[in-house]
Amino acid sequence: MLKIENLHARVEGREILKGLSLTVNAGEVHAIMGPNGAGKSTLGNVLSGREGYEVTAGSVTYNGIDLLALEPEARAAAGVFLAFQYPVEIPGVNNTYFLRAAFNAQRKARGEKELDSMHFLKLVREKLKVMQISDELLHRAVNEGFSGGEKKRNEIFQMAVLEPQLAILDETDSGLDIDALKQVAQGVNALRSPERAFLMITHYQRLLDYVVPDFVHVLADGRIVESGDKSLALKLEEHGYVGIGEGAPA
Amino acid sequence: MSQSAPLPLVESLLDAPLPGSGIAWLDTARLENREAFASAGLPDTRVEAWKYTALRALGQRSFANGDDQAQTRVVDAASLILPGVDGPRLVFVNGVFRADLSMLDSLPAGLTLQPLSQALHGDTEPLRFALSRHYRETGDAFARINAANAHDGVVLRVAANAKITAPVQLVFVGAAAEAALAWHARNVIELAEGAELTLIEQHVASGEQAHLATLVSDIELHQGARLHHTLLQNAAIGASLVRRSSLRLHARARATLHVLELGGALVRHDLQAELLGDGAQLDTRGVFMPHGRQHIDTQLAIRHQALNTTSSSNWRGVANDRARGVFRGAIVVAPGADGSDASLSNKNLLLSPSAEIDTKPELEIYADEVKAAHGATVGQLDERSLFYLRSRGIPQAEARALLTTAFCRAVLDDLPDETLREHLSTLLIAHLPM
Repeated sequence: MLKIENLHARVEGREILKGLSLTVNAGEVHAIMGPNGAGKSTLGNVLSGREGYEVTAGSVTYNGIDLLALEPEARAAAGVFLAFQYPVEIPGVNNTYFLRAAFNAQRKARGEKELDSMHFLKLVREKLKVMQISDELLHRAVNEGFSGGEKKRNEIFQMAVLEPQLAILDETDSGLDIDALKQVAQGVNALRSPERAFLMITHYQRLLDYVVPDFVHVLADGRIVESGDKSLALKLEEHGYVGIGEGAPA
Repeated sequence: MSQSAPLPLVESLLDAPLPGSGIAWLDTARLENREAFASAGLPDTRVEAWKYTALRALGQRSFANGDDQAQTRVVDAASLILPGVDGPRLVFVNGVFRADLSMLDSLPAGLTLQPLSQALHGDTEPLRFALSRHYRETGDAFARINAANAHDGVVLRVAANAKITAPVQLVFVGAAAEAALAWHARNVIELAEGAELTLIEQHVASGEQAHLATLVSDIELHQGARLHHTLLQNAAIGASLVRRSSLRLHARARATLHVLELGGALVRHDLQAELLGDGAQLDTRGVFMPHGRQHIDTQLAIRHQALNTTSSSNWRGVANDRARGVFRGAIVVAPGADGSDASLSNKNLLLSPSAEIDTKPELEIYADEVKAAHGATVGQLDERSLFYLRSRGIPQAEARALLTTAFCRAVLDDLPDETLREHLSTLLIAHLPM
């Protein structure tokens, strides 16, 4: 589904990704771990098309197409979803209105029929039930005044409604207490399917106790330096990032 | 302004015959204002109130004074109707009262609503205070033009303690004509003690034209009176529109204004309020949204002159393309207006690198125990918000429109009438580049 080859990317003139390669197949859950400054968030931002990230070499192929050539909205319509590390507050834009605009924009881009507000609301209520989120969240402005945990749950809720093929979770676990972490993990697990792949970017392995990955990769200094199964995460938990892979920083 | 070469605008306006009235004080007022305008002409940008609005180009144009075919101009009646609003209505086409488009049957008890041209045939004494004003500053040029030339407008009165529930609509239509016209409307609105009124004022276009229109409204709110005034300005894109609204609020009177400025080539609105009685309260909310080469200038001047008076002003500007927005908010808390509370906020959004907004909040306080706050910002759409929306699949143009609308709606959301609020949103969205 996703094939990243020798990806090099710069931010503000500084090279952050230095030859990253990774293949993700449908149905797989990959965890990308690494120390601060390794390039984890840069990877998520490059894949979702944020401005200010300059790809200088390498390629990203998604379902056979060049993902990097697409505008952010076209990537979304193609099924790529980024759960933000810091979801943005948008005063004045109602959460339900926003979500329906996104949902229908994606359908329109794919040549599918748009949903009217009644049918959309029905869909949203079903998803709320699965995600165990109160519908009070629907009536508020996007993320405005939400707690850290509510923002992250809102990201997962959006993912549930938009049903992406490739979900990138950028440090979704950061800043969450254990109850909120469990709720987020439960939401992610409910969305796991043979057609959908996850790329979970995280600093800590505790999320992986609740969302068990098929593969764990260590990202250090802009490259994947070691890959393994979930036992690699436990090893990192015990020994830290020191001594992992070749050329990893201390 | 040099007197050696009279401007075409000045000449064309003063050539026209005055509508003869035979009312001595009115003739005197007209003549005085006419002479004041003839001698002083238009203000230049050295006059503080006109610093950002240059009138050179306008001064070089000439206009036919008034429209003698206004009665027969075809106007799409549907364009005058607001959703959910079905009350008394007074309609003017190019400044001329149109009975056929108005609705004046079975007015509610306590409401007097008639065109000025008719009111001048009756007892004119109640109009004398407003219509005999003499404008003293060069910056008042358009009020002088209006006072000298207006022969129609609105006379609206609400009797003491009458609560008029259905909104009253005033509609000013600029209709296409053979040449560019100048037309002028003079409005006198008075709410007696304890009266309540909801007023919707619309400026709309019927066809493309480049008319010059001036409107002067004197609004007097007596003790405890309550006015909700919504103003939708959607004039033709080529029109010049200069308005002055002067409000006088007596003790415990309360006025709430919602203003939406969308149309016009050169638009100027002077909104002047005097809080004359203890406990008077004024709330103004407004959005101005020039695009293309539009120039929209709002000058807010509020004077707190009595104890415990309150004013809050919340305005947003959005400029696109090569458009220009101007906002000046001047609040004076006069000596003796102790315990007053004044707040003013003007936030602006530039959607294009060639757009410009000049904003100037001014606060002068001469009283004690006053609460006052003011602020102004000019910025761009938040890139992080834009990316957030796009990353969810919302195309860039739609995402920009969504954020811009949200920015504007923030000041219109306290409009109590939901249908009207939605209509304003619809107009906003229609005005956005997509």
